[in-house]
Amino acid sequence: MASATILPLSVESLAFSTGDVTVLSEISFRVEAGSRTIVLGPNGAGKSVLLRLMHGLLTPSSGSVRWAQNDEALFRKAQAMVFQRPVMLRRSVRDNVEFALRVAGNESAAPAAATQALEQVGLLHLADRPARLCSGGEQQRVALARAWAIQPEVLFLDEPTASLDPAATKAIEETISAIHARGTTIVMTTHDLGQARRIADRVLFLHHGRLIEDTSADIFFQQPQSPEAAAFIRGELLW
Amino acid sequence: MNELGDSFRIAWQLVASFDANLVAITALSLRVSGVAVLAASFLALPFGAWLALARFPGRQGVIAVLNGMMGLPPVVVGLLIYLLLSRAGPLGALGLLFTPAAMVIAQALLIFPIIAALARQVIEDAWGEYREQLVSLNANRSQCMRALLWDTRFTLSTSVLAGFGRAIAEVGAVMIVGGNIDGVTRVMTTAIALETSKGDLPLALALGVVLIVMVVLINLAAQSIKTTSMRKHG
Repeated sequence: MASATILPLSVESLAFSTGDVTVLSEISFRVEAGSRTIVLGPNGAGKSVLLRLMHGLLTPSSGSVRWAQNDEALFRKAQAMVFQRPVMLRRSVRDNVEFALRVAGNESAAPAAATQALEQVGLLHLADRPARLCSGGEQQRVALARAWAIQPEVLFLDEPTASLDPAATKAIEETISAIHARGTTIVMTTHDLGQARRIADRVLFLHHGRLIEDTSADIFFQQPQSPEAAAFIRGELLW
Repeated sequence: MNELGDSFRIAWQLVASFDANLVAITALSLRVSGVAVLAASFLALPFGAWLALARFPGRQGVIAVLNGMMGLPPVVVGLLIYLLLSRAGPLGALGLLFTPAAMVIAQALLIFPIIAALARQVIEDAWGEYREQLVSLNANRSQCMRALLWDTRFTLSTSVLAGFGRAIAEVGAVMIVGGNIDGVTRVMTTAIALETSKGDLPLALALGVVLIVMVVLINLAAQSIKTTSMRKHG
């Protein structure tokens, strides 16, 4: 973990457009250290785009994403992201984790740290298997092991269990909890209400590219403030 | 028809008896084209990877020129290398003209655009898939290039094979810079041209058959290794 914290993260008046389509507009919130923030909303709400903007994979059309530290090298190194469909490099499970460590500059510690990370996600027995031959759930755990290994201060997860069965989903959620318990701040998108209830201590509810609610998970699920959020929780279709 | 049949029969006898002349010419062909492919790949694969990832004004123009150079006429390349290596040329002092080294240089230059252009396309396609993951991991340009080159190695082997096919089959460039000197710079294609012009069709045909069989076998072996490796590594 970096000695100088990069949190809180301040998102101010964030907007993102592509061509004539406005994907996100007027998004403002803060992410505090140690939180488990779930970005919730129906498909097409702009959740994944918001995550990519926070992580720096996309450039905002307007507004800003500000970390507590201005040093780009520092705040880039202190965050990691797990994608809905993680890219497995064409090499072994262990080498995938070691690659992440090596590009992070932890060359000498890579073998030991990779072993520890794989043990943590329960994949040490598959360390030598080609990563691309692993199941979807195992690949997602390899992606989490990569994130675990580099010890980010903030971990972004973009619908990490979207295409997984319940058993694999449980394993992923347990790993996320373990990563959070170690002190990593979690920011995760999902459209799965049950998952949001299990993980979130705070919810950002997006609809049509706008931030409709930014509140604690308890309040969001018990007393949603907007009709859109209330309808979403009731399981009604939003479009 | 009979003449063709006789030619095939004699050709087969030459191949079956490991005719010394045939073996020497075949070995030199393999050596020259093999070294040319290695040298060209050493430069063209990283260049293709760099071009796939780089963004600069005029990039599309560079890609268009590179793609266009895939069809470089061998005789023009041969002439260019000839002018460079000839006694009066800027590299004349090296004394490489009419040596296998000159043939390697000519073939490497000829196939560099093929390997680089195909590698650029393969790696650019892979970059679309890998970009977010590698950027997220904070991999720098060089680390991205190396990761992509390694991960696309099975597909890139096809690009290298395309280069080898072009090198071993071309005649114009090696004829000009090698001079088709018996026992020194005579390779299969130049020998075929010479024997045909002399009317010795059996030897020309034998060389032609060996050339085709060799290229097919090398491609089969490479394809087999590629398929097995992909099955093993995913």
